[in-house]
Amino acid sequence: MILRRLLKYTKPYRIYIFLVLICSVVSILFALLNPVFIGRAIDLIVDSNNVDFSGLPKILLMFLITFTSGAVFQWLMSYFSNIITYRTVKDLRTQLFQKLNKVPLKFNDTTPHGDIINRAVNDIDMVSDALLKGFTQLFTGLTTIIGTLIFMFTINIGIAVAVALLTPLSLIVATFIARMSYKYFRRQSVTQSELTGYINEYVGNLKLIKAFNYETRAQKGFEKINADLYDCGLKAQFFSALTNPCTRFVNGLVYAAVGIIGAVSVIGGYITVGQVSMFLSYANQYTKPFNEISGIIAQLQAAFASAQRVFEVFDEPEESDNGTYNVINSAGKVTINDIYFSYSNEKKLIENLSLSVSQGEHIAIVGPTGCGKTTLINLLMRFYDVDSGEIKIEDVNIKELKREDLRKKYGMVLQDTWLFTGTVRENIAYGIDSICEEKIKSAAKNAYADKFIERLPEGYDTVISEDSGHLSQGQKQLLCIARVMMLDAPMLILDEATSNIDTHTEIAVHHAFSEMMKGRTSFVIAHRLSTIREADLILVMNDGIIVEQGKHEALLSAGGFYSKLYEAMNS
Amino acid sequence: MFRLARFLKGYLKELIIGPLFKFTEAVFELIVPLVMAAIIDNGVKNNDAAYVYKMGAVLIILGLTGLTCALICQYLASVASQGTGTIIRNELYKHINSLSHAELDKLGAHSVIVRLTGDVNQIQLAVAMLIRLVVRAPFLAVGAVIMTIIIDIQLSLVILCVTPIIVLVIYLIMKHLTPFYKLIQSKLERITLIVRENLAGARVIRAFSNQEKEQKRFDEAGNDLAATAVKVGRLSALLNPLTAVIMNSGIILILRFGGFRVEAGNLSQGQLIAFVNYMTQIMLACIVVADVVIIFTKASASAARINEIFGTKSSIISGSVTEFANREIAVKFNDVAFAYNEKPILENINLEIKKGETFGVIGATGSGKSTLVNLIPRFYDVSSGSIEIFGVDIRNIDLETLRKAVHIVPQQANVISGTVAGNIRWGNESATDDEIDEALRIGQAVGINSIIEQNGKNLSGGQKQRLTIARAIVGKPDILILDDSTSALDASTDLNLRKAIAENLKDTAVIIVSQRAGTLRRADKIAVMDNGEIVGLDTHFNLYDNCTLYREICESQAVSRGGES
Repeated sequence: MILRRLLKYTKPYRIYIFLVLICSVVSILFALLNPVFIGRAIDLIVDSNNVDFSGLPKILLMFLITFTSGAVFQWLMSYFSNIITYRTVKDLRTQLFQKLNKVPLKFNDTTPHGDIINRAVNDIDMVSDALLKGFTQLFTGLTTIIGTLIFMFTINIGIAVAVALLTPLSLIVATFIARMSYKYFRRQSVTQSELTGYINEYVGNLKLIKAFNYETRAQKGFEKINADLYDCGLKAQFFSALTNPCTRFVNGLVYAAVGIIGAVSVIGGYITVGQVSMFLSYANQYTKPFNEISGIIAQLQAAFASAQRVFEVFDEPEESDNGTYNVINSAGKVTINDIYFSYSNEKKLIENLSLSVSQGEHIAIVGPTGCGKTTLINLLMRFYDVDSGEIKIEDVNIKELKREDLRKKYGMVLQDTWLFTGTVRENIAYGIDSICEEKIKSAAKNAYADKFIERLPEGYDTVISEDSGHLSQGQKQLLCIARVMMLDAPMLILDEATSNIDTHTEIAVHHAFSEMMKGRTSFVIAHRLSTIREADLILVMNDGIIVEQGKHEALLSAGGFYSKLYEAMNS
Repeated sequence: MFRLARFLKGYLKELIIGPLFKFTEAVFELIVPLVMAAIIDNGVKNNDAAYVYKMGAVLIILGLTGLTCALICQYLASVASQGTGTIIRNELYKHINSLSHAELDKLGAHSVIVRLTGDVNQIQLAVAMLIRLVVRAPFLAVGAVIMTIIIDIQLSLVILCVTPIIVLVIYLIMKHLTPFYKLIQSKLERITLIVRENLAGARVIRAFSNQEKEQKRFDEAGNDLAATAVKVGRLSALLNPLTAVIMNSGIILILRFGGFRVEAGNLSQGQLIAFVNYMTQIMLACIVVADVVIIFTKASASAARINEIFGTKSSIISGSVTEFANREIAVKFNDVAFAYNEKPILENINLEIKKGETFGVIGATGSGKSTLVNLIPRFYDVSSGSIEIFGVDIRNIDLETLRKAVHIVPQQANVISGTVAGNIRWGNESATDDEIDEALRIGQAVGINSIIEQNGKNLSGGQKQRLTIARAIVGKPDILILDDSTSALDASTDLNLRKAIAENLKDTAVIIVSQRAGTLRRADKIAVMDNGEIVGLDTHFNLYDNCTLYREICESQAVSRGGES
């Protein structure tokens, strides 16, 4: 099943597969001829004064030709299988990455990121290793076994039967060991990922550990998992290390058997000494693929498990995107009709929410933590779909729009900043295709980020990332704001986008926004009064519903939920 | 790599005995072709079947003894390598825990994680190979050469000439391959990075409809990796065919010259077969050596990365004071200046906070507020000047005592997977259930799900902040720092929190960093920061009257001067 699916990904490289098959058959054929020539040569060198010097050069020349041609084809085979493997792996990674951008955000929110990274990097690497070895060794192994058997049977049936019967012994031994060690390997990989998880979390929070004198306690937890790892690691390593000596022992037995039977046959006059030498070579050549195949089987099992994990992601349902409607450019009217939404079945979140916003209105959303403000944004942007009800832009249900078109209607800044590894310039110009220096600088200026950017070691060329350097949370927020200012979006969403920026700058930034957004619709989530007060409409949310709405003064004089919030802000 | 050798100390026994057993097995393996030669030369020539059987039995006994020796060696290798790896991980983790913020900033959490897992595994593998192969393979090669010399010194010249050529070819290929291994590793890291960033930034990427741009970025990295891997593959695929060609050429020479030696009566037919076998054995051993060389090259790169961490010493060295005599003045800054590098972040900081006081810090983004409070628990050391807690320079205070006295609620609300109680106990290991309940009550964190997922994914930003506040309160610290840590709380929760702290932690000096003037107006003193300096230090009323910057902040937030005083 998994193998067939995996092989499907090698299809574009069919020509290479064909070449690999040809090269391996040819190179093995040559490899099998080598012992024949060595054996024949030895038969010409019998005893003192009994050496056939006239026949020797011809045989040696043949030998030279076969082994050099064999080597060339062997190299070609490895080269082609390399190409198949690495390109297939690249295709797998690309598809996985593509998938990640197409699955619903729910998948992204609920699957541990470390797990996905592990699939994209380590699991695909496992598949790559096994594919490479699988291609070269499994196939050449089988060809070698068949070829050797044919050659041996043409020389002497008795010895050939003995070799054919004895050799699979090593396969049995190897399979037995593989089954034993598989159990421990699985336990080891589970413990290893447990340890990685622990390190990931505790090293990520090292500053916290220092702040609370948690070092000894953290060490204790670490050593406990580490001791488990030692235990199963030791067993896994020991059992897997049994394979080589054991198969070597079986090979030794085969070698001895061939030697004894061969010698006795020579005494009986059935074969020549040179032929015994051929058999000794074949015995070695015949056991090698068995050892390799038994090694490959264990590895393939692990690779299939990895491939399975990758395919699981491939099989995740994608966000539907069947919208065709092309909405007018001047989008600004948003209507929400009686929507219901919850992340899980147990807990209802948004109920019976309706709202109507006309073009150019500035909407502020306030309310206590967990009341559903951010969820509303998730629904507006279609990161999640409503359970029932509808959201319309310019009277078009957003489900009828292409997601890309819908999202381009909004410029969005979230509280959790996101910067990618790249220069300040690239980060600011993230939303647009052509990089215009002037626009970047003016966006930075409007976002009040220009001053600190210029103080960075390399100004706009300084490489930054989300978790590097000494950028404060507020400075990162300013960069994200500059990024949105580059866009020319008809609507704006700010979700706590200025929470770590001082109010002075915040007000200035908001002024810049309102200048930019004149006549355009905006949604702002904020705790700070300064940002709320001037809104055209304030939505007060609590427990997933809008409890009050109106202008600042009206809400205040109404003396409801809002006025209580306001009081707290001012005391 | 040798600097890590100290971790092998506990496994000296395994390191010596293991290879000895392996050596014994290899010796037996070398004898096998000799026995085979004897079978042909004595048994076959004299038509002596009994001799053939006898020698056959010898072969089997050799094999069995070899197997036993090998198994013992494998076991010892497992013990030593896994043991060493475990010790290195423990020690490395301990060392990482001892580092201070400055070093952590430099290393980066991501790279620390890779070193603790991947790099240690490389070392572990190298130790196992050290015991299992380092003795075996070269011995087999050298042994085979010696055996041929014993059989026929003149013909062995062929092997003496061919072997160095094989070694040279392997060396040249390795030399060209090694840099590529590092290159591939770094290209793989780039792929990890892009995937990581895309997972974290999914919302932003989709909001900007930039999936195609990201895909392009990823494809470039993927193509780059594939191209390099194919290049490496092309080179490493040379190894086996090339060595085989050289070996087979050697066999041609052996057969050619061997013919003369046999003709002259200096060599028997069986010995000639043994020669051919030894030639094969030498080549196989050389290839194993090449594998070991690769493993050790990788391990030495890993060892360097691990040693880099061990070599990093914490710049924060614990003092010895564990008791405070004077408990009146909780925190005092004397002319403090601070810089991460050359650029000064803080300058001329002087302030004093008494026990039980509430102290506010306000100022623009990047004005140095966070840096200032991070100096108090000694996350970083001052560049000049000094900070005193209860009259003692913090550099003289035992670190554990200091951090028990000072609890901080950081800007980023990080929680640990597990239970709520487990998270709260970070602040006080021995807290009772009642104490935890009390802390949750003060931190306004009652009623949060009791099981917390990794990174607190199942909590909202506000819930995480409340938990981190409760965590800092439970130890009843002498000094409590809230570093802009109520940004996700709504105003009424924020107010309740401040009230609860004032009521329940009467003797605690509370330092609040905030953007909101409203939050700070009741503080006993407020420091107004601008560009790394304190430009105003007084009560709300006095600052409102005398400090322009403060007044501007208040006005921008519609915070009035208010009556009184």
